[in-house]
Amino acid sequence: MAVATSTRGAARSAPRASFFYRPEVRQAIYQIVTVLALAVLFYILVTNTAANLRKQNIASGFDFIHRTSGFDVSQTLIAYDNSMTYGRAFLVGLLNTLLVAAIGIVLATVLGFVVGIARLSSNWLVAKLAAIYVEVIRNVPLLLQLFFWYFAVLKSLPGPRQSHPVPGGGFLNVRGLYLPAPVPEPGFDLVLLAGLAGIAGSILLYLASRRRQRLTGHRLPVLWGTLALAVAMPLAVFLLLGQPLAFDYPELKGFNFQGGMVLQPEFIALLVGLAIYTASFIAEIVRAGILGVSKGQKEAARALGLSNGQMLRLVVIPQAMRIIIPPLTSQFLNLTKNSSLGVAIAYPDLVSVWAGTVLNQTGQAVEVILITMGVYLSLSLLTSAFMNWFNRRMALVER
Amino acid sequence: MKRATKLTLAGTVALLATSGAALAQTKTLDTVKQRGALSCGVHTGLAGFGQPDDKGNWTGLDVDYCKAIAAAIFGDEKKIKYVPTTPKERFTALQSGEIDVLIRTTTWTMSRDSSLGLSFAGVNYYDGQGFIVKKSLGVKSAKELNGATVCVQTGTTTELNLADYFKVNNMTYKPVVFEKVDEATQAYQAGRCDVYTTDQSGLYSVRLQFANPADHIVLPEIISKEPLGPSVRQGDSQWLTIVKWVHYALINAEELGVTKANVDQMLNSTNPEIKRLLGKEGDFGKGIGLDNDWAVKIIKAVGNYGELFDRNVGAGSRLNIDRGLNRLWNKGGIQYAPPIR
Repeated sequence: MAVATSTRGAARSAPRASFFYRPEVRQAIYQIVTVLALAVLFYILVTNTAANLRKQNIASGFDFIHRTSGFDVSQTLIAYDNSMTYGRAFLVGLLNTLLVAAIGIVLATVLGFVVGIARLSSNWLVAKLAAIYVEVIRNVPLLLQLFFWYFAVLKSLPGPRQSHPVPGGGFLNVRGLYLPAPVPEPGFDLVLLAGLAGIAGSILLYLASRRRQRLTGHRLPVLWGTLALAVAMPLAVFLLLGQPLAFDYPELKGFNFQGGMVLQPEFIALLVGLAIYTASFIAEIVRAGILGVSKGQKEAARALGLSNGQMLRLVVIPQAMRIIIPPLTSQFLNLTKNSSLGVAIAYPDLVSVWAGTVLNQTGQAVEVILITMGVYLSLSLLTSAFMNWFNRRMALVER
Repeated sequence: MKRATKLTLAGTVALLATSGAALAQTKTLDTVKQRGALSCGVHTGLAGFGQPDDKGNWTGLDVDYCKAIAAAIFGDEKKIKYVPTTPKERFTALQSGEIDVLIRTTTWTMSRDSSLGLSFAGVNYYDGQGFIVKKSLGVKSAKELNGATVCVQTGTTTELNLADYFKVNNMTYKPVVFEKVDEATQAYQAGRCDVYTTDQSGLYSVRLQFANPADHIVLPEIISKEPLGPSVRQGDSQWLTIVKWVHYALINAEELGVTKANVDQMLNSTNPEIKRLLGKEGDFGKGIGLDNDWAVKIIKAVGNYGELFDRNVGAGSRLNIDRGLNRLWNKGGIQYAPPIR
């Protein structure tokens, strides 16, 4: 390369020619041309689609979001009825997806860690059971598992008039798990405030304990402190204020139970199905991470006199997290996207409500699918961004 | 290196330029003839209307209409590609060109006629929405369903009519929305919902497949108008005319007494109406792009409307639905076809 430049530098040709022969100029020009070509292609795609839709008299545009929906949804986290707009129905579907995804991720991670560690247990039975769980659940398609959880479990539950009573005033039947709903009375906000203060206090206590340990080697009583601050204090406030909490009990009126709150079988089946399926993958990732920690670390921990549990918690898992977190992110994204299978078991998630009912009633497939794809893309990007930040924080500084 | 990049650049520009041109309007009849088979959108499985048996042979009222159209074009009712569609994908399948005609218990509504880019080619079954409940509930009328849980399919007029009916009658309900009929009926039988709702013909049809059909009753109330008919894409008037007149030929054939058994005899009839129907007089077939004996081929394949109805959903079938509104106009119903002249 150095040879080439020295021969080229001679002032034999006009300055203009040597400008275009410079590699960086060439690269810039190629990149600009490619970007322009992509922009032109995108523009042509959009205008071509719009022209074709117009020619076929298919409605287009996003005005349909403000039209009345006319249909009802079985599970809504916000107030919704059939006189509200399609836009509101979109929010309902989105919240349902987020709900099942968030709780599903938590459950799947906990179960996945447990099963992953169990598979490495020295107890032969535990290890084998975990292995069977992973192999069976991983290899059966998720849709079939969802059908199993929904229909097999549904068929075994009794009708509303023969419900199983649940201790605490609840009922279990084929329509769902009915539980008494807490109805806050005046004064309950003080209890909530006390609870929040207690949680903040325990976090501060934990941080203070860590700092103290770093400086002096002694820890503060974190467990007892947390119990006192986050549990006992709000409880005391609750009792002092005269128990400002009433319960709305579900009662059988006519066809169904009225009152109380209900966990629908669709929600439970989707949650359980997704959590168990994704946990089997997470278990394998956790196992890979733990096996990836060098044997020397475990031997050193043993030599220091740490028990198995302490070794796992303080030495192995923190180092394994570097290996675990990136594939864990993919599993979280998979779970979020797999929640769209809920339409097969009547769970009103985003795909069922928006890309199902609304798409069919308005006929505007292009706009609806674009919005759905945009939502899932945003959810995935947000999740990966958060996990990448978490990964960077967990990254150990190698000496 | 320079020449290769110049060529690729030129090629890309040419590709972009041509892709911007709008698609020419292709005639569906030509596409079907070229393909050698009619691509027909049908139900995923509804007894009496569109259902495959265990050998993969399709039968049903809507399927017979597919056969009639294929017979009119090719003379062979086997030249069909059946594409089962759920309510969610049926319109996109038609809009995108995957199917040529959608004959799938689809209700003719204004929004479907306008904003979906489709045209309906007549009503092959006048229906209405009803409810089916278990006898053990002791419910005798739809007005007693306050607070009930209702299983319904997504993206159908059923979903909307249900909401309207309960609102008008000041009742509340809880919907459980499925994509496929099988899933909805399974959940209904398992007790997840008290009521299943769809077009009344559909209710009789699914009841046949229940474990104990006698344990379920169809409530007497019809809560909506559901004119079911075939639909095609807008913009191809020749294809729309063909599908329309296949339906009218079936009605006219029943009116004139032409059946599958006697169509050959009727070719020698002196009745001028029959002569025009069967192509012995006039060039009506050629006028819509088919042969003049187009109606003969149709009747030989599936019979007339009355035979088609009886065989699939009427007295000659397990559903045994009364013809009701689907009788001919001069026999007390509202099936009426313009004359072939």
